[in-house]
Amino acid sequence: MASVFSDIEMGPPIEVFKMVAEFNADPHPEKVNLSVGAYRGNDGKPWVLPVVRTVEAQMASDQTLNHEYLPVAGLPDFRTGACKMILGEEDPAIVQNRVAGVQALGGTGALKVAADFLRQNMKYEYVYVSTPTWENHKSLFTKAGFKVKEHRYWNAKTCSVDLEGMLEDLRTAPPKSVVILHAVAHNPTGTDPTQEQWKQIADVCEEKKLFVLMDCAYQGYTSGDLDKDAWSCRYFSQRGFEFFIAQSFSKNFGLYNERVGNLCVVCKDSDSKSKVLSQMELNVRVVWSNPSNHGARIVATVLNNPPLYAEWRESIKTMANRILFMREQLHQKLKAIGCPGNWDHIVQQQGMFSYTGLNEHQSEQMVKRFHIYMMKSGRISMAGLNSQNLDYVAKAINTVVTESMGQAQSRI
Amino acid sequence: MSAVKNVGSRVLFAATGRNYILPAVYSRCSSVWADVPLGPPDAILGITEAFKKDKNPKRINLGVGAYRDDAGKPFILESVKKAERQMIEEGLDHEYAPISGFPAFTEASAKLALGDNSPAVAGGLNATVQGISGTGSLRIGGDFLKRFYTKSHEIYFPTPTWGNHTPIFKDAGLTIKPYRYYDPKTCGFDFNGALEDISKIPEGSIILLHACAHNPTGVDPQPEQWKEISKVVKKRKLYPFFDVAYQGFGSGCIDKDAFGLRHFIADGHTLCLAQSYAKNMGLYGERVGAFTIVCSDKKEQERVMSQLKILIRPIYSNPPIHGAHIVAKVLNQPDLRSIWLKEVKQMADRIITMRTRLRDGLKKEGSSHNWQHITDQIGMFCFTGLKPPQVERLTNEFSVYLTKDGRISVAAWLFSEKTRGIVIASSSSSVCRSRRA
Repeated sequence: MASVFSDIEMGPPIEVFKMVAEFNADPHPEKVNLSVGAYRGNDGKPWVLPVVRTVEAQMASDQTLNHEYLPVAGLPDFRTGACKMILGEEDPAIVQNRVAGVQALGGTGALKVAADFLRQNMKYEYVYVSTPTWENHKSLFTKAGFKVKEHRYWNAKTCSVDLEGMLEDLRTAPPKSVVILHAVAHNPTGTDPTQEQWKQIADVCEEKKLFVLMDCAYQGYTSGDLDKDAWSCRYFSQRGFEFFIAQSFSKNFGLYNERVGNLCVVCKDSDSKSKVLSQMELNVRVVWSNPSNHGARIVATVLNNPPLYAEWRESIKTMANRILFMREQLHQKLKAIGCPGNWDHIVQQQGMFSYTGLNEHQSEQMVKRFHIYMMKSGRISMAGLNSQNLDYVAKAINTVVTESMGQAQSRI
Repeated sequence: MSAVKNVGSRVLFAATGRNYILPAVYSRCSSVWADVPLGPPDAILGITEAFKKDKNPKRINLGVGAYRDDAGKPFILESVKKAERQMIEEGLDHEYAPISGFPAFTEASAKLALGDNSPAVAGGLNATVQGISGTGSLRIGGDFLKRFYTKSHEIYFPTPTWGNHTPIFKDAGLTIKPYRYYDPKTCGFDFNGALEDISKIPEGSIILLHACAHNPTGVDPQPEQWKEISKVVKKRKLYPFFDVAYQGFGSGCIDKDAFGLRHFIADGHTLCLAQSYAKNMGLYGERVGAFTIVCSDKKEQERVMSQLKILIRPIYSNPPIHGAHIVAKVLNQPDLRSIWLKEVKQMADRIITMRTRLRDGLKKEGSSHNWQHITDQIGMFCFTGLKPPQVERLTNEFSVYLTKDGRISVAAWLFSEKTRGIVIASSSSSVCRSRRA
């Protein structure tokens, strides 16, 4: 009997995971992984934060800790700690008890909770994402039943935010539209709106009644300062928006594989908050039922313990500073070897990623010839750079750019 | 948290002179959530919420299926604790896992269900992914079948089944249909009714089967009955979907509990299965499970795996790893595995003991009802046979919390038996007496 699945086709590989797999399999001694967004120390290795190790060791030897089910909406201490972390303890919405957190499986899971609620309960139809954006935004919202629309964002000529284009596109949004905004450290471009530009974006969102979903994966990780990185989210709250913030603790706690996320729900009043929460719980029940305990417990412990919290803030600074240093260094080296083009965007952009401006062909050359693994969009993860590979990477960039000088690249 | 300062609003004040603490445009019109109704409490988890609100000091929660020891405490397995200590010593990192989970876990999981010497696993025919415990694994399965199983979008459930099966598969887009399973007259398996119904299921439909310790009834087919079921399922060319939530927890023996599933494989069915490690390893909140499709050949396995990953990525990207590391260690290390097998037997044996005590306790209290089914049934739950009005009375008058289908968690009763077993017994039997009157 023929298999019931004989007609299933091979699905296309998911680019970033494919890059990592190819990198791992590559025997080349000078290979460099600039694809996946995960922090690496200067030794090129993953860094488990010392405060995380401390708390995990405590948990393993604590005889009173068990593995019981968390509530559907997750660990209460984690949820309140996460919401306070992004909005600030004195935020009016927090003080007035109209904020709720829903623990979710990573930032992805938080986006999923938002998408399902907005589609199924609120009947939103369209979602606006920036061009470019994190590729999983589109798949996630499409799978959740949305029609995805793109708004202009990245100006490749000037390597900056095309605010006019963005606002023009958002003004054409039909009713029942959601807009995903990257709270800080835009992925993949690393280019964020200025405070003044955020104000204009908020004006249009208000005008068109767009539902704002902030994707906040890099609070603290970007500048080293939790409050500075939270500016855009706090601004929207203080302007009185009802909106969501999808938070990830993958990067700022280094807890990638424990899937620690929170959907922060900001409502006009406490009553709405309860209703929204109850519906989100029903939605979650048929997808994963209740979230995973381990990572959330680590984060809750740290956020609620002043000495551990202080230690964690230092660790975030360590990570952010190393990345800032790599940006400076790469910028300097490219200038020093006379790589054609203006490379200032490397230091103007912020966060994990840089949109180098390399085109698809150049990016492929980086991978094939130099075993420097990066995305074909030209995105590199700054965390993958270190003092040992900086020269090699700078030289490689210089080579692929110089060789393709005939191509129409106005800035590079 | 006083360390976290709200710099933002002060900056705003300074920059603009406007008082943003006053709500803006949105408060002048109604809230964007104005039409969102309050959702009803979950049929199972809602019971615990109601229990927590009850002020009666004699309250008892027999709702959720979570194992309790004699002191009424969650039971933390020694094999699990040992594995966790090893993980600390090894200094494992927290890098992203592959979307499908890591092989040490997925392979061990497939072998646990299908057998150590399973030819399917040996041949690499199992497309196994880590799932978010039982729920998440069932959901991935439902999504996958909706997308790729073109023969039918109807899934047949035993009547009754776990309360969350229907919402999960409905949300995945499948149509739910029933087949007879539980006989309320005998409080046992309606073998003839099941076979009759299954033999009429349209060809190619999907059929859900509980591998062991059926939830909520605790009623399982005997080995000979499994063989007959397999024949009919084969005849109707149905696609079996096994829910394996209690392997080891039913009889105390992991192989015995997998009999039905393994017989189906030996009988030549291609099938899929969802596993949970919530109960048999006490890892409830760590959300460890697996979904497996048994494929016809290696190429198909590769194609199926590629599609499973595409399905998972836009939900939660990759799975939580802490619990999976624990399971991989426990299953793969002989010393930990042998401790675990003893602990699983221990848990199962205690439940069997408590079933006997509950049945005897009810008799002692003077109940003339036949409570034989309490010891005939197997696994975490007992289908008492109480009807919704009786359940309501048990809850409202005696603060005994159970789901309205009359299901009680025997494991949770372990504790109450020591101090309040008589109360339950007498209240149940008075409820039954009033039913007879």
